[in-house]
Amino acid sequence: MTGIVSVEGLTKTYASGFQALKSVDLEIRAGEIFALLGPNGAGKTTLINIVCGLTRPSGGRVSVGGHDIVRDWRAARTLIGLVPQELSTDAFESVRATVTFSRGLFDKPKDPAYLEKVLRDLSLWDKKEATIMSLSGGMKRRVLIAKALSHEPRVLFLDEPTAGVDVELRRDMWQMVRTLRSGGVTVILTTHYIEEAEDMADRVGVISGGKLVLVEDKTTLMQTLGKKQLTLRLAQPLATIPETLADLPLTLGADGSELIYIFDSKGGGAEIAPFLRRLEEAGVGYTDLATRESSLEDIFVSLVSTRP
Amino acid sequence: MNLLAVRAIYLFELSRWFRTLTQSLLSPVIATSLYFVVFGSAIGSRMTAIDGVSYAAFIVPGLTMLSLLTESVANASFGIHMPKWSGTIYELLSAPVSWAEAVAGYVGAAATKSMLVGLVILATARIFVPYHIAHPLWMAGFLALTAVTFSLFGFIIGVWAEGWERLQIVPALIITPLTFLGGSFYSIAMLPPLWRKVTLFNPVVYLVSGFRWSFYGVSDVGVGLSLGMTAGFLALCLMAVWWIFKTGYKLKT
Repeated sequence: MTGIVSVEGLTKTYASGFQALKSVDLEIRAGEIFALLGPNGAGKTTLINIVCGLTRPSGGRVSVGGHDIVRDWRAARTLIGLVPQELSTDAFESVRATVTFSRGLFDKPKDPAYLEKVLRDLSLWDKKEATIMSLSGGMKRRVLIAKALSHEPRVLFLDEPTAGVDVELRRDMWQMVRTLRSGGVTVILTTHYIEEAEDMADRVGVISGGKLVLVEDKTTLMQTLGKKQLTLRLAQPLATIPETLADLPLTLGADGSELIYIFDSKGGGAEIAPFLRRLEEAGVGYTDLATRESSLEDIFVSLVSTRP
Repeated sequence: MNLLAVRAIYLFELSRWFRTLTQSLLSPVIATSLYFVVFGSAIGSRMTAIDGVSYAAFIVPGLTMLSLLTESVANASFGIHMPKWSGTIYELLSAPVSWAEAVAGYVGAAATKSMLVGLVILATARIFVPYHIAHPLWMAGFLALTAVTFSLFGFIIGVWAEGWERLQIVPALIITPLTFLGGSFYSIAMLPPLWRKVTLFNPVVYLVSGFRWSFYGVSDVGVGLSLGMTAGFLALCLMAVWWIFKTGYKLKT
């Protein structure tokens, strides 16, 4: 089954020779909130810009709602709303004029009642006749969101929506995102705030160096989050995990010279002694050991630093 | 066809113009009045009639063309350069709008504005000199064709320019000299033979000549040639715009 946004083998090399995306595959499910995490320059914005038609792909395919973004671009784009990272606004226009313009641009007939609802939901109704340049940064961000929602998109892209935004707007924005999702809108956002992804997203994707290094359900990720990790430096590298230990949640790291045991941190470390006894029984020797708690941030950092 | 988008762009651009109506209309009116005071009354009274047309009446079509060209280029280049500069162009580029629709909206609005300015100038000129229009339909046709062609040209400049300075360079260094040297204020028959030949490379000569013919039935070059040259320049501009959107030149990475 293909998702509402389907990305296949997407690559992008800029004229400068910089390879921003290296064969990205991603399926976004209809109606989910998907958070795309990654350091600066990882390719988040490039990915969004290609799907929205601002950047040309070098290779691969993207479809939105089953419409190819190149062959069937009109149908694909009608479904998409984009809130860009930069606060680019028509400074001299009124809020109402700019939102009306956006709706027309996306081939939707006038609907003042709908636009009123959008503006009210974003607390912009009182400012509808104000020129955009007279608004604060937070209000401008709201205007950009109103513009993106003006044509009733099925897929909403929010590129760093909470960068430089005050607490109140952030709260309003997440409330709005939840409302949108309950109305069946798919939301794809990029963010630097890991707590935000944890709080909001159904699924999380991590992009680094132009590659998608992880796509995971948030709940699965949260399970990993509440765990402790015991890392053993082995005396003899192992090719595979011994069969007698197969029932334990073990993984091999560093080419088999490290054994990683993940366990529930709620036990307060009571699992460690039995685990080490079982290792001795299995004849696995070790020279050093370390424990630490893993967090999404840790996972994120290790993912983006170990992959080139 | 996304006609709603064409309409949205067109109305959006016109409303920007109407917001600054005083500046948009008053300045060309004042400029034209000054031209008439200086060239029409002060100097013109000492000039002999050209092809049986009084000098003051002779310069009416040329003056109108001068404003039409500068207004078309200025309006259209500003209209597309502004969103490019402020970044709001992301919306146009991500919208289900084809290049033809975007151009129809932006160029249509710019051409409408410059034609309105042209008509206001003609009305202002009527206060100073009682000219007549021999072929009103042809006059309207030349007005529209020129407005559209040079709005397209302005659109291209607006996309090409990387800053506000560059936006000014083309009108200041190319359009204004070409218009002044294109027979706005004189008949090219008055030039020495060599310069008459050189001046035939100036596209504005054909615009002014054709436009003047629609007023007084006299022209420097044939009307057919005037039409052909203007249509040729229009086709060239259309091809350039098509290429810009096809390749994403200065618009997309």
